[in-house]
Amino acid sequence: MWSYTDKVLDHFHNPRNYGEMENPDATGEVGSMACGDALRLTLKIDKSNNKIIDAKFQTFGCGSAIASSSAMTEIIKGMTLDEAMKLTNAEISKFLGGLPPEKMHCSVMGKEALEAAIANYRGIKIEKEEEEGRLVCRCFGVTEDKIRKLALENNLHDVQDITNYTKAGGGCGACLQDIQDILNDVWKTKKAPVEAVSEKTPDKPKKLTTVQKVKLIEETLEKVIRPSLNQDGGDIDLVDIDGNKVYVKLRGMCSHCPSSSFTIKSFVETKLKEFVSNDIEVFPEEQTND
Amino acid sequence: MINKAIYVDNNATTPIAPEVYQEMIPYLTELYGNPSSIHTFGGQLASKIDEARQKIANLIGALPTEIVFTSCGTESDNAAIMGILSSNPSKKHIITTKVEHPAILNLCQTLEKNGYDVTYLSVDRKGYLNPDELQKAIRPDTAIVSVMYANNETGVIFPIEEIGKIVKSKGSMFHVDAVQAAGKIPINLSKSSIDLLSISGHKLHAPKGVGILYIRRGTMIRPFVIGGHQERGRRAGTENVASICALGKAAELACANITEENTRVKKMRDRLEKNILENIGYTFVNGGSESRLPNTTNISFEFIEGESILLLLDKFGICASSGSACTSGSLQPSHVLRAMGVPFTAAHGSIRFSLSRYNTEEQIDKIIEVLPGIIKKLRAISPYTPKK
Repeated sequence: MWSYTDKVLDHFHNPRNYGEMENPDATGEVGSMACGDALRLTLKIDKSNNKIIDAKFQTFGCGSAIASSSAMTEIIKGMTLDEAMKLTNAEISKFLGGLPPEKMHCSVMGKEALEAAIANYRGIKIEKEEEEGRLVCRCFGVTEDKIRKLALENNLHDVQDITNYTKAGGGCGACLQDIQDILNDVWKTKKAPVEAVSEKTPDKPKKLTTVQKVKLIEETLEKVIRPSLNQDGGDIDLVDIDGNKVYVKLRGMCSHCPSSSFTIKSFVETKLKEFVSNDIEVFPEEQTND
Repeated sequence: MINKAIYVDNNATTPIAPEVYQEMIPYLTELYGNPSSIHTFGGQLASKIDEARQKIANLIGALPTEIVFTSCGTESDNAAIMGILSSNPSKKHIITTKVEHPAILNLCQTLEKNGYDVTYLSVDRKGYLNPDELQKAIRPDTAIVSVMYANNETGVIFPIEEIGKIVKSKGSMFHVDAVQAAGKIPINLSKSSIDLLSISGHKLHAPKGVGILYIRRGTMIRPFVIGGHQERGRRAGTENVASICALGKAAELACANITEENTRVKKMRDRLEKNILENIGYTFVNGGSESRLPNTTNISFEFIEGESILLLLDKFGICASSGSACTSGSLQPSHVLRAMGVPFTAAHGSIRFSLSRYNTEEQIDKIIEVLPGIIKKLRAISPYTPKK
């Protein structure tokens, strides 16, 4: 059972502004029945001052999808289009007293329908695939641009957060590594907000002694990397450390996995860079023979 | 609220029968001894456990020595599969179905990662298995075939004996997850090719935390829980005396009530199902009706989503389940409905009503009374509802 706030339940049981609008000035549609939720938003706009004078929604979805739609229409009524464009999914969630983490995508859907409706009014055609970039999650049709945008807007660092906000990765799971890579890239090129850094990344001492570094590498392998590999039936051995070069051997299922070199570079190295030092490089054991 | 609840979610769990509760009380109060003790105070409880064992054996046509008490259906399933695999180390192939409970499905997926080869048999649109597919899939190195007796989501009953004959003709072991079937339909293991069978107490009006694994006499199986000599060394751990005696009582009651399940309960289920299909448009039943548990109906309501329906039913104290993504915590609808090829659109709007002998005609009336309004309300909000 989800723990919905009273406000969510109120907007679910007594949804505001639902139904069809005759001759709307703008229409925005997002989602699909196959995805499990969909929202059609219609707006009446005062052309003299670009203010939203009426908003109606039709939603297929769970309790929080209906509540988020209802809340969004309440928030935007009376706003100018420019003001409405600035509405974030976090504000929709806040209006409802918060949503369960797994349901954040409902608030994202509200914001996206609003964006689509405003674009529709302004005569901007959204060519899905081309405009929004490469498709990452095929199960739920989520693009790389959407993941990047939401990660930055909501300060999301974990793949699970991305799934909660966009559903990406929540189907077959084939794109989870792809999402991780996008997140790595987002937070590498863009400096994360200060509070997020202190919250998510453990203390990384400026200058490590060799002993400290070895200990930290071992600890990261033990506590972060190994549990994750174990889940897939794999394991990892630390073979040698030479300066900033770390040599490892993958075992179990990982050893004959066709993406083992990928695992080493994109997962093991990323984690060691995150927890130990940015100049760490990771190699499979064979290269120690050189 | 609790007393007023209209509980039609009996495939999730069942109310404890009042007689079962009464049966437990002495073992939770004055009779707290350990059945393994030499002194009479504790030792007398061993005979109580044997009585319970006999009652369960009666329910399924087994010998008392073939019954091993466990902590739940999931443990029974795990013990069966793992026990057979470890006593047949050279056999690395397992066959199961795509619609099993997670207790089997997730276990098999984990075993795949550990080097086992698993075949998942498919089902058709009605949820039925094709025994020919099993015939083709089974190999000399198939250690175990695990097929559920009846599906928890749709109630569809599989042709267990037909499957069993194929399995035994190839020399593999046959495990059946009968968690949903036990107590609802007659099971007679004395004339059966089933080697191992799992039952969970809380699905037949006993408390949570107790189950059994039936192990056919002569079956080579390694214990799953290792420790003391309890359950003749096949399942260690001090016996959960109160719950075991409760399960014994529940089995006795199930024997007495199995006709009622298939007459009065079935009649109520049929009335509910027929009424919904007749009075609410764009609805259909998931799962073939030719072979289905008497208490279960799984109905798709098109254009709307299951969690919304459940939340509105909850307002009237009506407790049911859905195969929608939103209720499961995952983002995809039920694996059972997907395996059956139910369109995602309809799977998201599926509701399972599962009855028991504690439901009344008045409760069915109430559901029939409020459901059309709930569906109408949500369809008024949905963008997909066809215009009249």
